[in-house]
Formats: sequence, structure tokens, C-alpha cells
Amino acid sequence: MNFDDTPQEAEFRATARKWMEANAPKKYEAELSKSSLGRIRLEKEEIVDVGKAWQKKKAEGGWACLHWPKEYGGRGATPIEKVIWQQEEGVYGKLTQPFQIGEGMCGPTVMAFGSEEHKRHYLPKLASGEHIWCQLFSEPAGGSDVAGLRTRAEKNGDDWIINGQKIWTSGAHYSDYGLLITRTDPNVPKHKGLTMFFLDMKSKGVEVRPIKQANGMQEFNEVYFTDVVIPDHQRLGAVGDGWNVSLTTLMNERMSIGSRLATGFPEMFEFCSNLMTDDGLAIDDPAVRSKLASWAVKASGLKYTSYRAISSLSKGERPGPENSIGKLVSGTMLQDIATYAMDLEGAAGALTGADEEIASGQFQQMLLSSPSMRIAGGTDEILRNIIAERVLGLPGDIRVDKDVPFNKIPTKGR
Amino acid sequence: MNFDFSDEQKQMRDAARKFLAEKCPPKAVREVLDGKATYDKALWKGLAEMGFLGVAIPEEFGGAGAGHLELCVIAEEMGRALAPVPFSSTVYLAAEALLLAGSDAQKQKWLPKIAAGDAIGTLALFEGKGNPSPQAIKLSASGGTLSGVKKPVPDGAIADFAVVAARTGSTGRDADISLFLVDLKAGGVEVRSLTNIDPTHGQAELTFRNCKAEPLGAAGEGWGILTQVLDRAAVLMAFEQVGGSDRALEMGRDYALDRIAFGRPIGSFQAVKHILADMYVSATLARSNCYYGAWALSTNASELPEAAAAARISATQAFQHCSKNNIQVHGGMGFTWEFDCHMYYRRANATAVTLGSLSYWEDQLIDRMRKKNAA
Repeated sequence: MNFDDTPQEAEFRATARKWMEANAPKKYEAELSKSSLGRIRLEKEEIVDVGKAWQKKKAEGGWACLHWPKEYGGRGATPIEKVIWQQEEGVYGKLTQPFQIGEGMCGPTVMAFGSEEHKRHYLPKLASGEHIWCQLFSEPAGGSDVAGLRTRAEKNGDDWIINGQKIWTSGAHYSDYGLLITRTDPNVPKHKGLTMFFLDMKSKGVEVRPIKQANGMQEFNEVYFTDVVIPDHQRLGAVGDGWNVSLTTLMNERMSIGSRLATGFPEMFEFCSNLMTDDGLAIDDPAVRSKLASWAVKASGLKYTSYRAISSLSKGERPGPENSIGKLVSGTMLQDIATYAMDLEGAAGALTGADEEIASGQFQQMLLSSPSMRIAGGTDEILRNIIAERVLGLPGDIRVDKDVPFNKIPTKGR
Repeated sequence: MNFDFSDEQKQMRDAARKFLAEKCPPKAVREVLDGKATYDKALWKGLAEMGFLGVAIPEEFGGAGAGHLELCVIAEEMGRALAPVPFSSTVYLAAEALLLAGSDAQKQKWLPKIAAGDAIGTLALFEGKGNPSPQAIKLSASGGTLSGVKKPVPDGAIADFAVVAARTGSTGRDADISLFLVDLKAGGVEVRSLTNIDPTHGQAELTFRNCKAEPLGAAGEGWGILTQVLDRAAVLMAFEQVGGSDRALEMGRDYALDRIAFGRPIGSFQAVKHILADMYVSATLARSNCYYGAWALSTNASELPEAAAAARISATQAFQHCSKNNIQVHGGMGFTWEFDCHMYYRRANATAVTLGSLSYWEDQLIDRMRKKNAA
């Protein structure tokens, strides 16, 4: 048991570190280090522009999408090399946020189901940040039940005509391409009538509207499709096989090992260490200490769980299912920590101005943003189902709509 | 990074699991639970023959000289099987104290006997309610004899010797405390068995009346040694707790697959699935914290105090959580004496306080984190 690199890993790390020292955009370091919670914002520049420049530089140096094959813009690196790279990229990795869906989900799906011509045409530009991709899966009527989606694709000669609406699409407003799952046959059970495409987001009939969220921010979009034309050669997988294709996409989400989710704990520990209450420092209060300790062991538990996954990768094994707990634990932690931090501030806990006291409104912002952490990318409940079914081997729920043609499934309760 | 046990250590874990599955089935645990024996003597001998009792004791003192990572994997299996033997008191507390502070003669006298299964040891620290603290130690030492009462003492009624924490000064500082070694079979100590929530592990009251004792470690250094012993035992006990957590989770999972209600396995209901998923989460977090504790223990890292507290808290929470929800998943049957669920519930809640309570370790963790941040 040790935390050391193997000789090959050490060599790879040295190469990466040397390149980072020579090429990292150091002027953003301080700003990026500070933004530990939620979405990244830069004071004077757009994150997408700075991110694109960084991605391009990485691609030129051979550090973009580095676990992809070289012919598609990658480096042919091993999974553990990717983790080492992420460690060395450090805070600058936050600049890659606009590309993560492309690299982690859209790219691998094109790689698995696209034609060779498509792969050579689209993937290198995705890798170099020239093109940004988004993922068009969720719909107003299909969130956790994504297979309940209703966006229609109808065949018209060599083309498909798309009508419908997607929602919760990150980055749709700056994306060049999108991975789109549609319903091509409503007369068969819901999982069987789906087909996957990719499309140019500048296509006629695509309209992107930002969603104003509960926390007052606008980070996601609705995307409307009105008679949008997609040529048949942009179909990924067989007609009616879209569900299986989407599983490939979602499986690739697992590649996120090594990227650490914010828990709010370091901020809370610092806050409690400095907050003076009527009875002295907050951290000297036994009730505060008890809560802090419970959060501390959750945060360290997540950290060392990811170390165990990295160790499996290092040995060339597939990591076990342990890492599936990350979002489930950290989402609730953020919410609980934010609530408790406000409680400790008393009546002033409701104030959100950046000049308020020592917490600068960060916990109030955390409170307002944290509900999305428990919903986006799989709700807490869906994640518990996944752990119960795939890890513990419990039977799937009984599905009343499983063998019913999609157009016969009830659409409204009561 | 290789944040995992080696193949050899995993093989040892498998061997221990196989051995315990055969020699320590629930039926054997119930012999002690029902008061038919004070501990499982045959199992204790068997553990010695397997080399498990002395796995972390150096070869020169009759042990296998393997190390603490090996001891961690065995501890996990002992917890999983609810082994009704004085393993934690003898191996984590008495042997660790001897290894840390014992003279060569003291080590020569006791460690080979421990490894051979011929001596049971324990730590006599507590004196009634409360958590470990130098102020709580009233038992006094003077002229090489001890006077006072210790309780609860784990496995105190069956132990051959005890490491005893005693007051040798009254300055109000840690240096008031010294450790002593007492041969409990030499007479002079009155032993009274105490009932406790986990009868598979005995607890006792030891009354010392001018009892002969020899110093263990230098005078005035008792508290420092004790702190180290407790940290080391915390990591090892945490592995037991994780083994118990995993077993409780498996029991709940198996029952949920088997039990039919409303025409379907109860494990297909989300209300039940989510209980089990949360048990998996807590057991996984605890295991990962324990691995870090194992690393710190085996390398004597400066991070050990913090790592031990984190492992202890996480594993205590996980075992309590898993054992109580195992009963919940079993429903009414889980509340019968016949089903094994209560044995895990009892062990979880006994081990939760045995080295100092959860709130004590929470307090310790925050102190240690602050100390590190200040440094």
C-alpha cells in the first residue's frame, strides 16, 4: 500500500509537468483556484474563449482527449495516464468545462457508432476545442425516465425531419454540434422506438432558449426543433437502436474518475475555524465539531474511494462500482453544509451580498445551487436505484409501461 | 498509486474468511451469546495455529512478523464473523502497548504467549462513565502497588494480564499518568463480570487493592503511550467494524432478494432498495477511510492520529447504520432472537463506545485537523 507512481507513471507525470510549466495560462491561476463551487466564471473574459484557447494549445501539444486514439485527435493514453494528466493539469482543468460533454459522452458515441469518415472529420475538431458538442437527451416529459422522450424524427427520403423540445441542455447556446436522441416509432414499446443522430446546432429550425433557474442563474437551455432536417448519414446506430446507443454514451460518464466533486467541506472547516459567535469560536462548540467531523469523514471517504479507483486503473483493472457514490454523497453534503453555515450566522445568514461578513455570500449561493447537484446527471433516487440494482444485484422495479406501445402509455395522472 | 492491499494480503484475508466460516459460524457465536462459554476456546487456539494472533508480532517474540496491514485484513474478517474471542483486547490493546512501551523482558514474557494463544491480555483504562482523559484516571500507584477500580475492562474476566493506566502524580498534567503491567493470575485483583449489550464479548470490573504491578514504559509517559495505543487500536477496530458492516449489508441484501411480499421480492421496492443503497454508501466510505488508516498505521506516518480518528468515526457510523437497517429490511423476523441480525446490532453498538465514544473521536478529529492546519 503506497501512493507512489510506477516508474512509467512517474516518467509520464514528469513529461506532463514539464509541458504544463512551459504552457499553462498562469494569469488565470488565482481566479481559477478560488472558484471551487459551482460553475466557473472569469472576471474579464468568457470562459468559453479562454477554454478554447487552452484546449487548442493542449491539442497541439498532444494533451487533449488524451485517452482517444491518435488518429482522432487523442494521444492513445491509458486510463491511469489520463488521471495523472488531470492531476497535473490541476486548476486549469476547470477551463475544460465547455468540452467535457463532448469529450466524455458525444465523442465516444461517435467513435463507437459513426462512420470512419465521420470520425476523422468530427473528432479531431472536437478534441482541439474548435467545435463544442452538447448532449440533447432530457425532455420536459423525460427526465429520469429519459426513454419517455417525445421529440419525433420522421423519415423523408434520405433525410429525417425533427420536431420537439429538449431541456436542461448545458452549453447548447455555444455548441456547434449536438448528440440527439429521438423517437422514430411511437407504435412500439418506449425503449424500442428510439434513434440517435448528431446534428449541426446552426441547422434551420433549431432554437436555443436559456432557462432561468431557481438560483437566478442561466446555465442550461431549452432547445426547440421545428422541421429540422438531418441527413440519414448522421444517424448513429440502427433505426430503433437509439436506447442501446445512449447506454454507450452514459457508460462513458464513468470516465470521470479522478475529477473531484465539490463537497463544501474545506470552505465550511475554514468558516467554522474563523467564525466568532457569542460563545467563542464556532469550531470550539461541541455541536459544531460533531457535524464537522461527520462531514470530514465523508469528504475523506470520497477522496480515498477515488484513490482506490485510481489504483485499480494503475494495475490495468476496471475500477469497481465504488465511485458511483460520489455525486450521491457530495450533493446532499453541499446542501446540508450550506444550511448549517447559514444557521451559524443567525439572522444575518439570509444576507447574500459579497461584502457580508466573512463568508461573502458563498454558502447562500451554495444553498441555492445545491438542489441541482441532487438532480442533474441522475437524481439521488436514480443513483440509489443504480447502486441497488447494478452493485447489489437487486431486481429492477416492475415497469408498467415496459411492453406497452409508446403511444398507449398514459401521459397524465389523475 | 497502489492504494490497496497486496495479493498476498488478500490471500491472507481469503484464508481468514475461509477459516472463520468453518470454525466460527453463527452457531458458535451463539454459544457465547447464550452464556454457555465465556469465549470460544477452540477458536482461540485455532487462530493461534493459523498464526493470526501474532501476525503483527515480530518473529523474535514468537510472532509471524508480517505486519499491520496483514493484521488489518484479519481484523476485518474477525468483525465479519463476530468472532467471540478476546482478539481486540489482546492483540490491538495489550500487544500494541507491549510493542510500544514494553521492556525486552516484558515483551519476551508476554508476546510469545499471546502469539501461541496461551495468554489473554487487556487494557484497564476506564473508571466508570466517560471518555479517555488523564483527569478521569483515579486509580493510584505507589511503591509498586496499585489501588483502585477499573470498569469496564474488555475481556477482563478471562484475561491473564492487564495493562493498567494509573495516577502517579497530581499536577493536573498528562505526566501524572503512568502505565503498569499486572499479572491478573498472581492474586490481589478482584474480578467481577459485568453484563453488557454484547454478551459475545465480556466486560468486567477489576478492583485493585495494593496489588503488585510493574511499570510499563517510563514513569509519567503513560498518557502519551495510551494515546498511541488507542489510535492504533482505533484503526484495527475500524476494520472489524467494516467487516461487520459489509456482512450486515449482505444479510439485508440476501433477505431482500429472498423475501416475497405483495407478490414480489421486497428488494424490488424502491423503499427497500434505497435503504440498502445507503448502507452500501456508508460501508464504502468507511472502508476507504480505513484503508488510509491502515496505510498510516503500517508506515507509522505522522498522519496516523488524524487518519485513525477518521477511520474510527466513519466505521462506527457505518456499522451502526448497516446493523440497524439490516434489522429494518428483515422486518419482524429481524427482531427475533433466532435471526442473527441482533448480534450485529449488539456488536456495532458495543464497539461504538469501547475505545471511547463517537463524540470523543469526533472531538479528537477536529482537534487534530486544527493542529495540522496550524502547523
